[in-house]
Amino acid sequence: MTMKIKKMSKYTRRNFITYVMLAILFVVVQALVSTGNVSSLIKGQLVPICAYVVMAISLNLTVGVLGELSLGHAGFMSVGAFSGVVMATCLQTVVPIAWLRLAIAIITGGVFAAMVGVIVGIPVLRLKGDYLAIVTLAFGEIIKSIINNLYIGLDSGGLHMSLLTDKLNLAEGGKTILGGPMGATGVSSISTFTMGMILIVVCLTVIFNLVNSKSGRAVMALRDNRIAAESVGINVTKYKLMAFVISASMAGMAGTLFAMNYSTVVASKFDFNTSILVLVFVVLGGLGNMRGSIIAAAALTILPELLRQFQDYRMLAYAIVLILVMLATNNPTLSAAFRRFFGSFRRKKPTSDAKGGAAQ
Amino acid sequence: MSFEKRPETKLVPVPSTNIVPERDVDKTPILEARNLGIDFGGLTAVDDFNMGIGRTEIAGLIGPNGAGKTTVFNLLTKVYQPSRGTILLDGTDTHGMNTIQVNRSGIARTFQNIRLFNNLSVEDNVKLGMHNQINYSTLEGVLRLPNYWKSEKRAHEKALQLLSIFDMQGLAHAKAGSLPYGAQRRLEIVRALATNPKLLLLDEPAAGMNPSETAELMENIVKIRDAFQIAVLLIEHDMNLVMGICEGICVLNFGKIIAKGTPSEIQANPAVIEAYLGKKKEDDAK
Repeated sequence: MTMKIKKMSKYTRRNFITYVMLAILFVVVQALVSTGNVSSLIKGQLVPICAYVVMAISLNLTVGVLGELSLGHAGFMSVGAFSGVVMATCLQTVVPIAWLRLAIAIITGGVFAAMVGVIVGIPVLRLKGDYLAIVTLAFGEIIKSIINNLYIGLDSGGLHMSLLTDKLNLAEGGKTILGGPMGATGVSSISTFTMGMILIVVCLTVIFNLVNSKSGRAVMALRDNRIAAESVGINVTKYKLMAFVISASMAGMAGTLFAMNYSTVVASKFDFNTSILVLVFVVLGGLGNMRGSIIAAAALTILPELLRQFQDYRMLAYAIVLILVMLATNNPTLSAAFRRFFGSFRRKKPTSDAKGGAAQ
Repeated sequence: MSFEKRPETKLVPVPSTNIVPERDVDKTPILEARNLGIDFGGLTAVDDFNMGIGRTEIAGLIGPNGAGKTTVFNLLTKVYQPSRGTILLDGTDTHGMNTIQVNRSGIARTFQNIRLFNNLSVEDNVKLGMHNQINYSTLEGVLRLPNYWKSEKRAHEKALQLLSIFDMQGLAHAKAGSLPYGAQRRLEIVRALATNPKLLLLDEPAAGMNPSETAELMENIVKIRDAFQIAVLLIEHDMNLVMGICEGICVLNFGKIIAKGTPSEIQANPAVIEAYLGKKKEDDAK
């Protein structure tokens, strides 16, 4: 029994630290914003940071916990973004309360991304490793070109949809929501930092609770050894799909949050580069390490803004910083020095959690 | 502990093919393989395999390297679908079942090359064995409903109880991949037992163990059989272990059964000696 308490409290403590970290961050940022101590540049980045944090932890579920490399995560973000935007525009007059409309839009984005996740996941999850990565990469591109050619309009008669042509046959007073390559224009930007933080906490709680439950154990088991998982009667397909769909749905929600922060959203924003960027957050933060993903996502979204003074060399500096961080974290001498330095108030350096174990 | 209810057993009266015919008389053998065979392309890996195992029998499957012993395990657990023949598990035909269904209907196995969930804790490995007996949905788990806490607590207690067979409760929080070799082998057995099997297949359980560990393992296998009232089929090269605890032995060579019988019968069987040691010359004994 004592062992159980010890173990439970270990997980709870780890998760607790993450929650406390988020709470402190929220309070500090809110305080800074309300006292006007934050530049408008950073202020404008707050919601995207939240969206990228959710993207990072959701991709970490696929890459770190399920152990499958997905290069099309931005595709789900895109699906969520545009379905959320369409929903929010439709509800413009019906639901006047902005935060409620946003919440409904986010949920819609999550549901649509989950549906696409199921459709994509069933054939794709039969593949492994590199092949899965290539197919998910292609999926991201397909989503991008579909949305680039999709026209959606709204009039008194309801939603009008058209693929490839912009002939929506809208009635008088109708409004085009999604204009193909023009993207969604005239979106009311209602995303708030508070909503972003709520979304982070909800997604984080779902992942933490999932990982410490029967289903999460099964997902990690098939990451560690698929044959053994089958031999103890674990339905491999079911749990693979489950983790993949949950991950996709969270990406969709992040997409809606992201899109509703701007007045114009174009599909080309959610391209291969975005997928890779999110993958970088995950790898840098540590596979299976949720707290690491959060920190990496936040830091690497802020970094390009802080490096603006380098102007033309901004992205070069970004790349160099990234390489240095990677080298530093993988350097045994450095990490040993860190361990010695932090050893006094840190029981154990969580290197063992870097790949797998329970997510923290 | 609530166990998943198994489907009713359909009893089929069959002539016994038990290795030891007098074992569990009047009872359906737990496992009955008839004319089992598999071809990989033109190669016949296992052919005409007939074997029955009594309900609480410890049976051994031996043979030289490459004889097809592990292939038989893979056939029984449906990792490979047999090319021909039938497998009756507790009287029920397992035709068309997959690995997962076979496990649910009562066959658990360990692997020759250890296959643990290395990044998970020892306790989680055992709990994964109990996966199909833990009854709460994913949603209940995510929302942490009372059923989650209740089931997890029960699973935790059962896991420790199972680990205590090998005196491994103290290692419950260790990472499975960090255990010493012998402990990993034992953990695999515990995980297999956690699936609540009727038949336990052990693939070289004593490989890499020293004589005293092997002796302990022998005791434990018998202990497990007695405590859980299950049948055990084991592949092993350690003849002390096989001759010491197996009640019936089946000898396989080039995919075919060359002898069946009790340990003493097998030891005296010229075909077995020939398979292992080669043909005896007229005048030099052994």
